[in-house]
Amino acid sequence: MAEKVLMKGNEAIAEAAIKAGCRLYFGYPITPQTEIAAYMAKRMPKIGGTFLQAESEVSAINMVYGVAGAGFRVMTSSSSPGISLKQEGISYIAGADLPALIVNVQRGGPGLGGIQPSQSDYFQATKGGGHGDYHLIVLAPASVQEMADLTIKAFDLADKYRVPTMLLADGTMGQMMEPVELPETTSEPVEKPWAVTGTKMQRKHNIINSLYLNPELLEKTNFERFERYKQIEQNEVMFEEYMMDDAEYCVVAFGIAARVSKNAVTAARRKGIKVGLIRPITLWPFPVDVLKKAADKVKGFVSVELSMGQMIEDIKLATECRRPVVLCNRSGGMIPTPEHVLETIENLAKENK
Amino acid sequence: MTTQILIAGFGGQGVLFAGKFIAYKGLVEGKELSWLPSYGPEMRGGTANCSVILSDEPVGSPIVSEPDVLMVMNLPSLDKYENAAVKGASIFVDSTLIGRKVVRDDVKAFYIPATQMAIDAGVPTLANMIMVGKMLKETGVLSFENTVETLKKIVSAKRAELLDMNIKALEAGYNYKG
Repeated sequence: MAEKVLMKGNEAIAEAAIKAGCRLYFGYPITPQTEIAAYMAKRMPKIGGTFLQAESEVSAINMVYGVAGAGFRVMTSSSSPGISLKQEGISYIAGADLPALIVNVQRGGPGLGGIQPSQSDYFQATKGGGHGDYHLIVLAPASVQEMADLTIKAFDLADKYRVPTMLLADGTMGQMMEPVELPETTSEPVEKPWAVTGTKMQRKHNIINSLYLNPELLEKTNFERFERYKQIEQNEVMFEEYMMDDAEYCVVAFGIAARVSKNAVTAARRKGIKVGLIRPITLWPFPVDVLKKAADKVKGFVSVELSMGQMIEDIKLATECRRPVVLCNRSGGMIPTPEHVLETIENLAKENK
Repeated sequence: MTTQILIAGFGGQGVLFAGKFIAYKGLVEGKELSWLPSYGPEMRGGTANCSVILSDEPVGSPIVSEPDVLMVMNLPSLDKYENAAVKGASIFVDSTLIGRKVVRDDVKAFYIPATQMAIDAGVPTLANMIMVGKMLKETGVLSFENTVETLKKIVSAKRAELLDMNIKALEAGYNYKG
């Protein structure tokens, strides 16, 4: 076992990416994720990798597009406004069926918003963000350990399905330090016969493109991609259940909101309220089945979010609105307190006995 | 057993470093822990604070809103957080910079002239570690052993002289009777 070290979440992402074999990082600084770029700037030159601060986010994501096409593990990172700038490139990467990692350490929005933690890019991350029919695999870490583990997972999933993946964190996760154990071994390199690496005059050349002027062909490509999405939905859903065995009420939260909610669930249990927590780890694919099953036995749900209420829509869809779903939220960089969540649970319990 | 620690002061007083030391000390002692800084513009000139949680169990929310241990290094921080501390909390006050006493009578207050002590000891930037030394002594939440090992994790090897200065400050705080 590797030794436990203390790291900021942002640094854990960067180190885990290097462990996963990523040797190319393109980015542009923005709070609260700048430590990722700073870490890469320090480490990459020492291990034969490339750190490049592009002239803008648009430029950085297109460098990712190019390098992904050449078959390398590659990433970029930013925070909310910067991620908006990257959306065109993300759509192209999805349209060209390329694996790449995009990290969003969210801050309050809309617009330039603020620099404090937020989860208000949930819609953008899980519903597309850029134009066209596509999805990202979206992973939501809730600890510094998961910042590392899910970074590695994100690279593996991207390669496995040839899709861009997003690590959706927030300012707290990026800035906080916790003990973390980084894996000794790195992922095995994946064969990428589709990559544009030079034919050496021995094979037909590969083409990386997202332009299909023939609508039939474009439709076929989209259908094929959605077949892969179906596999992802079947195979890759991740979530954590906490005290759900005998739960009569269910809190749903991810990332920092899940951490806060755990305290509230413990406090509510002490007061005799049978409540549990479902924490989606993949936001896309969303853990639909477990929520659907939970709706068979619980009397109501609480969605705890650092936004005006975005994931709550997916909870309502997953549970087919069979049970009340109430929102407990803060916005703009504020974080709900455990007491706020507890109060919401108590009210839900009172109104749905 | 979980101890929620909040350290607050002006940016530049080493509030985050003090928290980092406590966090690393927790790591060395095999505790579960989290360290969360305030970040952003308020760190320059305004108030800086950091939350450290030490526990025997996995840490839930890393945000400390009701500290068991409060360490304040300027008046705005005492004004802001005195009432947030739990009943029975230990409050450590840098009495060089904070003229008033803790008003509440349901907490344990400790007054350390840390900034003056740091100047007198020739380590003027290390009032933070004097406060930490006193906190370790009075709360017993962490031992006073392995401090060198812990410091080595956060002080660059190139700046070995800082090790001695930090130890000097920690010991000054630990041995302060008042």
